Amino acid sequence: MYNFEFEKPATIADAVAALGAEDAQALGGGQTLLPTMKQRLAMPTKLVSLSGIGEMQGVCSNNDGSLSIGGATTHATVAAEAAAQYPALADLASHIGDPAVRNRGTIGGSLANNDPAACYPAAALGSGATIVTNAREIAADDYFQGLFTTALEEGEIITGVRFPVPEAANYQKFLQPASRFALVGVFVAKFADGVRVAVTGASEDGVFRWSEAEQALSASFSPEAVNGLQVDPANMMGDIHGTKEYRAHLIGVLTKRAVAAAS
Amino acid sequence: MPKDSGIGASPKRREDLRFLTGTGNYTDDINLSGQAYVHFLRSDVAHGKINGIDTAAAAAMPGVIRIFTGADFEGVGSIPCGWQVTDRHGQPMQEPAHPVLAQGKVRYVGDAIAAVVAESREQARDAAEAIELDIEELPAVIDMKEAVKEGAPKVHDDLTSNLCYDWGFVEENKPAVEEAFANAAHVTTLELVNNRLVANPMEPRVAVGDFNRATGESTLYTTSQNPHVIRLLMGAFVLGIPEHKLRVIAPDVGGGFGTKIFHYAEEAFCTFAAKALNRAVKWTSTRSEAFMTDAHGRDHVTKIELALDAENNFTAIRTDTYANMGAYLSTFAPSVPTWLHGTLMAGNYKTPLIYVNVKAVFTNTVPVDAYRGAGRPEATFQLERVIDKAARELGVDPIALRRQNFITEFPYATPVAVEYDTGDYHATMDKLIDVADFAGFKARRAESEKNGKLRGLGVNCYIEACGIAPSNLVGQLGARAGLYESATVRVNATGGLVVMTGSHSHGQGHETSFPQVIADMIGIDESMVEIVHGDTANTPMGMGTYGSRSLAVGGSAMVRATEKIIAKAKKIAAHILEASDADIELKDGQFSVAGTDKSLAWGDVTLAAYVPHNYPLEDMEPGLEETAFYDPANFTYPSGAYACEVEVDPETGKITIERFAAADDFGNIVNPMIVDGQVHGGIGQGIGQALLEGCVYDENGQLLSASYMDYAMPRADDLPFYQVDHSCQTPCTHNPLGVKGCGEAGAIGSPPAVVNAVVDALQSAGKDVTHIDMPLTPNRVWSAMNS
Repeated sequence: MYNFEFEKPATIADAVAALGAEDAQALGGGQTLLPTMKQRLAMPTKLVSLSGIGEMQGVCSNNDGSLSIGGATTHATVAAEAAAQYPALADLASHIGDPAVRNRGTIGGSLANNDPAACYPAAALGSGATIVTNAREIAADDYFQGLFTTALEEGEIITGVRFPVPEAANYQKFLQPASRFALVGVFVAKFADGVRVAVTGASEDGVFRWSEAEQALSASFSPEAVNGLQVDPANMMGDIHGTKEYRAHLIGVLTKRAVAAAS
Repeated sequence: MPKDSGIGASPKRREDLRFLTGTGNYTDDINLSGQAYVHFLRSDVAHGKINGIDTAAAAAMPGVIRIFTGADFEGVGSIPCGWQVTDRHGQPMQEPAHPVLAQGKVRYVGDAIAAVVAESREQARDAAEAIELDIEELPAVIDMKEAVKEGAPKVHDDLTSNLCYDWGFVEENKPAVEEAFANAAHVTTLELVNNRLVANPMEPRVAVGDFNRATGESTLYTTSQNPHVIRLLMGAFVLGIPEHKLRVIAPDVGGGFGTKIFHYAEEAFCTFAAKALNRAVKWTSTRSEAFMTDAHGRDHVTKIELALDAENNFTAIRTDTYANMGAYLSTFAPSVPTWLHGTLMAGNYKTPLIYVNVKAVFTNTVPVDAYRGAGRPEATFQLERVIDKAARELGVDPIALRRQNFITEFPYATPVAVEYDTGDYHATMDKLIDVADFAGFKARRAESEKNGKLRGLGVNCYIEACGIAPSNLVGQLGARAGLYESATVRVNATGGLVVMTGSHSHGQGHETSFPQVIADMIGIDESMVEIVHGDTANTPMGMGTYGSRSLAVGGSAMVRATEKIIAKAKKIAAHILEASDADIELKDGQFSVAGTDKSLAWGDVTLAAYVPHNYPLEDMEPGLEETAFYDPANFTYPSGAYACEVEVDPETGKITIERFAAADDFGNIVNPMIVDGQVHGGIGQGIGQALLEGCVYDENGQLLSASYMDYAMPRADDLPFYQVDHSCQTPCTHNPLGVKGCGEAGAIGSPPAVVNAVVDALQSAGKDVTHIDMPLTPNRVWSAMNS
């Protein structure tokens, strides 16, 4: 690890100011950034920790029934505090990484990093969440822009995420055996106006919505509705853990299982 | 009734108190005054010509003491290979030089090019990044069969090809084997891969070199399974330091699994640099370095054929194996696919004719050497898989086919040069059927099917040759070392014993089980016996711990030394008790004169040995200390039968191990709890190999599985609870304890059981799947089901 400056501001405004420095980098739970720095693959001159900002912490219900989660809220806190309002989201959070990861890693950090095999992007896109930053609000459909790429501008901080709560939802994750990230993960959410299906782990372009399945499931929310549908393997990732074809196949299997579990 | 002390008891492991409370003393815990740190600059290409190394800018960086390159090691010896294999034509294997730092060429990703010694680890690493390299990348050879083709790029330009050796065993059997195949009623053929593995001990390798200018003595602290072997190899062959001026200390070692047997360049570097700089020099491997520099294991590509007669008797076996050596010959690499593999091809069966061909191949990958089982898992896997396949082809019960061909009379001389002393393969199979509850399998399969899962039961046998090894025999086979073991038993005046052993404990529990043996012989409490190991300065020359040899060979040396102690103590007792030596009996720590009530306590005699006032000084020296070296008369042959039950999710191909049972014959057992633990660990690694672990290089020689993000280690929830039984015991006939060894059995016996079970599950659903190569990832299983 190279040397760096460290700041731990108490307010969003101070954090934004600190991030104005050249090559400064926001630090959430550090579960990806710190190992990357230890490998000397990242070399920020300054780390700005977001964990001391009170207004970015916690889970609360809004009057419209949606759920707001502070950007610096850990997976463990989401698992515990979102369980009553949004059990599928809490369940997803409770299965990220291991206890150490869940007690340090944050929802804002995960969404800002947008690892193509991370779980939270599937929940955010599958729920049609709104990513709230210090500057603006971004719809999930506009936020995810490819592997490790998002709509965030330089220095922009995810201060919170607002989740509409669906009538029913479920996340199915098929583990990559080594990392236990999602080899494929499918988040299915049924709203009054339709079904959303978001897939992580599988595509060369990162998390995506499987629109064919959404249409079929919006018409009939049952596992059988997905029968015969197949994601094109051409755009899937292929690596030593799974071929493109296998990932495409798993998307179908997991979508059915998510629907069955949500029904 | 379970015993509460001595042989057969299960006292808790005394070493665990320090291991579990953070008070162990591992090599990385050792920090010497004035210590400097080395960082190795390693090749990021698999094959390349070094045109230039510019260290000027790096040398000027803060904290840098000196930067070494290959040029600094001219005149220094090559890292030696400890075994010379002779090929089918009577020629010695091709043996390339293995420099401490690369000279002229780099030959695998991770090959060390330069070493930066600095005041801190970070400074060394910073400076290494400032070294300017001019390396001309060359085409790499990764695939073994490609590597031996005419015109393939050569890993070593001074060798005639990438073929290390072409070994035939037993060469004279070849025509008879071919005739047997020509006359066979049935031949089953199987092509398979024994997947390349990374050992991944919990503790990465560490070396600290030190030099005392006043005494001229060099000291190396290292994570080794065999400090004396390192002292001999490094001192005599690499650095030219006589053994009396070189001390090697392997303190607590956090797991080895074979990969810490070998002498590594980093050890030689730290010892060399400490003397050159007159400062202690420390290297601690990162986990990333461990993946790309620890010797890997397995990596065989094999075709095996089994010939049977019309009554399903095995008549011949023929195998054709490519074995990866990697870029250089690691210490015991040539012996693994030959003498530790070919000699085991008879397995538990009376096949009269066997021919094994092995082509060992150099590639641009990390050196490959022994990993838990070393050659024997490869032999067992192919044999037990081909038998299972044969049973399915013939439509016979796989257990019945095995039983029909079991060796039942002992001693049994195999056609592959070893003689099994004892065994009872029907007994372990009977036991397995019981402990694995075969009777309940049908109901369990029905239950799985109700849940949409396929269930399979896989069975196999294994035999291993361990307790290695008779020195005169291995000498004939090309070993450049003896394989005896040693012990010095020092009795103190107040009756306690210190046992100095050449065996090395790096997780095996020697400090607990060895005292059980000695305390039992004398009849005293185990707490009176202390084990000292791991330091060449205070232990007799020993060959270390691997090959499931420590109790069978090292324990036997202890028994011999203790016998000498007891014989002398009896003479002292006889003198004091004014009786004849022959009338003295030792029981429960008391010497008594047969037929009388005269007796002396153990402590009275040991005191007399050191305070010899009333002592036969004219006949005997005072003191009570004896050394014994024990060279085994034969290998030992543990054997057993294993069963695995799996569930397969037909939609995803994911396998879960539902049950795993092991019935082992380890001969006599000293500490059943430790034996259970060894078997559990071995099965865990075997299941890891079967389902999860796979070391993968791409075609350019980049290591794709270079971290735990991509190399899947078994976790607790990947493994079932095991049913382990070792009540079948046919004691070894040629060592004084009647023990056979248990350290590798689990890793040897378990992979075929897993694969046999998966094939059984898939065939139960009508899938025409006869084999899937390990690791059986969900993707591979799904592809096999849908091809």
